[in-house]
Amino acid sequence: MFNVVLQRLILASGLLAASLSGLAFAGSENGGDRIVVAGGDLTEIMFAIGHGDRVAGVDTTSTFPEATAELPQVGYMRRISAEGVLSLAPSLVLAAHDAGPENALDQLRSAGVPVAIAPAGEDPDAVIRKIEFVGEAVGAKAEADALVQSYSAELERVRAVVADLTATPKVLFILAWRDGAPLAAGSETSADAIIRAAAGQNVAEGFTGYKPLSQEALIALAPDVIVMMSQHAERAGGLDEILQRPEIARTPAGRNARLVDIDGVLLLGFGQRTPTAIAELAARLHEDDPAVGRF
Amino acid sequence: MAQAVNPDGLTVRRGSHRLTFLALAAVLVGLGLAALALGPVAISPDRVIATLFGAGDGVESAIILQIRLPRLLLGIAVGTALALAGASLQGVLRNPLADPGLIGVSAGATVGAVLVIVVGERFGAGLPDALRPWLLPGAAFLGAGVVIAFVFALARRGGETSVATLILAGVAVNTVAGAIVGVMVYISDDQQLRDLTFWTLGALSASSLQTTLIASAIALLTVPAFIRGTRALDLFQLGERAAFHSGLNVERAKVVVALATAVSVGAVTAAAGPIGFIGLVAPHLARMIVGPSHAFILPTAVMLGVALILAADLAVRLAVPPAEPPIGLATSIIGGPFFLWLLIRNRGRLHA
Repeated sequence: MFNVVLQRLILASGLLAASLSGLAFAGSENGGDRIVVAGGDLTEIMFAIGHGDRVAGVDTTSTFPEATAELPQVGYMRRISAEGVLSLAPSLVLAAHDAGPENALDQLRSAGVPVAIAPAGEDPDAVIRKIEFVGEAVGAKAEADALVQSYSAELERVRAVVADLTATPKVLFILAWRDGAPLAAGSETSADAIIRAAAGQNVAEGFTGYKPLSQEALIALAPDVIVMMSQHAERAGGLDEILQRPEIARTPAGRNARLVDIDGVLLLGFGQRTPTAIAELAARLHEDDPAVGRF
Repeated sequence: MAQAVNPDGLTVRRGSHRLTFLALAAVLVGLGLAALALGPVAISPDRVIATLFGAGDGVESAIILQIRLPRLLLGIAVGTALALAGASLQGVLRNPLADPGLIGVSAGATVGAVLVIVVGERFGAGLPDALRPWLLPGAAFLGAGVVIAFVFALARRGGETSVATLILAGVAVNTVAGAIVGVMVYISDDQQLRDLTFWTLGALSASSLQTTLIASAIALLTVPAFIRGTRALDLFQLGERAAFHSGLNVERAKVVVALATAVSVGAVTAAAGPIGFIGLVAPHLARMIVGPSHAFILPTAVMLGVALILAADLAVRLAVPPAEPPIGLATSIIGGPFFLWLLIRNRGRLHA
């Protein structure tokens, strides 16, 4: 508790100092020490390359690592407020490719704040481009290269193990229950990407995006394993309760109690922890396969 | 007209209204200054004034001239358009529930905007980059126009516009619009869903400077059309037939209000999203304060509408900095209960 107060005080005095210095946003070569990040994956990378202490504010999608909870929140990344960001006296804004609105970014630029837009992509290889982008933008090329190295090596290792998995279980990712109907992840979703990376077959690949399924349709899809984000599984009443839902109980997954819950930011964030996410998901999709011991 | 009925009463009223107007104007000036001076970035009043006269540094100029000033301008346009459209529709339709939302104008704009958010990429891919930023506000504006043309065409029969049909058609259009938005919600991906949700909650800050300027100019240009209709609105209160026999071109008055509403509300909704509640409440508050004469209701409603919008915008700006909740939340959360309280307090007077 005292720690939190202390951190806030330090933060406040930092802000005060920044505003006393006439809010000079001179964009320095390395992006400066007051970086506002809009995009959870970018925040994760900032902390992973050891420059988390330079992050002055984050958006609501930035929830990892835990230190982000202490940082000022600039709102949802597609609805950031230009003046809100400016009040943090930012030296650089790191924005996900779809952050916005465009108008707010323009206003930031015209206030002299450099805005760096990250490359798009939600797949394991795009993470490398994002790490390189962050390294470039914040003048931490060496650290970023090191992270790319370890990330690629880890991804390589995980992929080698995944390649040895024999089965391809039928997987259904359920985001949440909306008005009683399960919202399933179709193709072109980050859930679809991670399921395929973990040697699963997305049974809902017949449609794109997250769509509500009827109970019958869910039974007809007959998934072997159901995957959920832990936060949402908890909100839906916990694993046991979900397994007893009539539409779940009548699937192979329900009969064999194969409901996997994994932290949502880890699973779908496509930050530098992606190999960990693939390994964890693959291990739980293929729990009987001896190869998972090598993860 | 009213003067002939009771000249003395009116003089007295005018005197007390002058005070009301002055008080409201003072509140407005205060809110307008606050809109320029307050925000997540603390800028001292003397710096604000210096910046307004062109002596601010780069950051101050960017914040005040490019962020706060356009917001203030759009806030004035939104409050004015919604208040005038609401007051005039309530007058013409002789229905206290009427507001741009009820006859489907906001819904039409919403459908236009939501279509662009969800399927715009598919159909707008061939558009040159210069036109892209105009796609959403353009579609919203068009949606509002299409709806009001449709609703009024439907309600017009044998040279007369039926108020009952108009309102029913508006309700039907709202339902259809809700269905279209529902379809778009269904086929949208996660990000589009969040985008359209946020759009429907409104914001004074999301539009580009050009959109803001053009929408505000269009909305403010319709003001004379509304103001010129004040006498007609008074006559409408006697009933359409009586108004007709007093020599009023009833049909023409209706068409003017409809057109002005479509243009002004369409424009501000295109720039700021469908901000609810102001169009309904500002005219009611005005009527409570200055009585039934539209020559007083319209200006009072405008001042109240603008004041409500500016206050709501200040509230969202200062609530949880550096984040900013949508303004539609503030107008409904603060405005709804406040209006209820007023209704309950004034129940006796309203029935009298």
